[in-house]
Amino acid sequence: MTEAFRDRIDIALTVNGEPVEARVPAGRHLIDFLRLDLGLTGAHASCEHGVCGACTIRVDGESVRGCLMLAAQADGADVWTVEGLSDTGAVRDLQQAFVERNALQCGFCTPGMLVAAEELLSRGTVPSRTEIREHLSGNYCRCTGYEAIVDAVEGVAIARAGKGAA
Amino acid sequence: MKASVGGYARATDLRHALDLLARSGGMGRVLAGGQSLVAAMNMRLSTGDLLVDITRIDGLRGATLNGDRLRIGALTRHAEVGRDPLIATHAPLLGQAVGHIAHAAIRNRGTIGGALAHADPAAEFPACVLALGGTIHIEGPEGAREVAAEDFFIDVFETAIEEGEILTAISLPVAAAGERQVIRETARRSGDYALAGLCLVRRPSGHRVAVFSAGPRPILAKGAAAALDEGKLDDAVAALQDELDPPSDTQASAAYRRHLAGVLLRRAVADIEGETA
Repeated sequence: MTEAFRDRIDIALTVNGEPVEARVPAGRHLIDFLRLDLGLTGAHASCEHGVCGACTIRVDGESVRGCLMLAAQADGADVWTVEGLSDTGAVRDLQQAFVERNALQCGFCTPGMLVAAEELLSRGTVPSRTEIREHLSGNYCRCTGYEAIVDAVEGVAIARAGKGAA
Repeated sequence: MKASVGGYARATDLRHALDLLARSGGMGRVLAGGQSLVAAMNMRLSTGDLLVDITRIDGLRGATLNGDRLRIGALTRHAEVGRDPLIATHAPLLGQAVGHIAHAAIRNRGTIGGALAHADPAAEFPACVLALGGTIHIEGPEGAREVAAEDFFIDVFETAIEEGEILTAISLPVAAAGERQVIRETARRSGDYALAGLCLVRRPSGHRVAVFSAGPRPILAKGAAAALDEGKLDDAVAALQDELDPPSDTQASAAYRRHLAGVLLRRAVADIEGETA
């Protein structure tokens, strides 16, 4: 190995609106950096090969798989987890709809579901149930059977559209 | 599992990236979107890699029109391919394909260059570029070179890219007036890899058919295309059966994949004819 390659990388990024500096191992997943180094345990590490969606977070405005991105790649990025989105109230209506519709049971998939659903709703349109299902098809839930989740997302989309029109 | 990585370096420009690869002693791996590479590292299918992160290299991203060629930078992400108006106009097949590739969060990171360089035989973009008769642009220590898509895909995860080289862009002939492009696939779940998939391009100069997930690389089905040129759909389906030698695995048998390819060809033709009727 040459000195050009490092096994520890210095990164500076923003997490939930706050600046963070750290030195991370080259192979550290972004999701593990958030969970283990920063204590932000909302998003979960599960399948660790990009299939289940439990690690979905927002990076530079878009949903990404926290397990398929290295912390080293997040240098300079603007990262949001469910903790930050909860604190700012950005997903409050979605969270309330999930509770009202019983769209979560164990809650393991919920942070990823919320981030993915929020990305869909941020387009400002009212997606059809098919579009909601398609958008959430990368997020596994092993409890609810998805129907209640689609209900919750659809309800929020309609409510937000009504509010925007008023 | 957790990735086991030998080292990481962030390339500032293409020359730097090539230099890093040259200095990696054969352990260098180009990291772009990482949606296949990081997954492979997490599964410990690949360990000890020296990662050359090329994602900060300016100029490898986005689509440009040069006369009758559409050039797409290697770092253009799937989601960007899906919403780019130039691509929608001149290579609509690629935009259609995005809807079949994994899920939103993966499309936000995965790159078209990464997908081509990775050369998964079940992936959509390699078959699209083959169906469109595209050219792959590669940069290496000795300079730039171009490889036709038909010569680029060699075997499972194997391409014409030599050690020390980087895929920088693809270029495609722009769609002719009246040209039709369609992609069809069958997957067990939305976003999963296809059990079989098919790209159909109908040009004034003739048809082009590329099949994916039905062999070690995307297959250009010339016999099927020739039969379609003559307007013989049944012959095209029959020719396709002969041209494919798909694998059997836990997902589907070879016979089923072969059958699916024929069904997809009929559907693709119906799509085009429905569009023009």
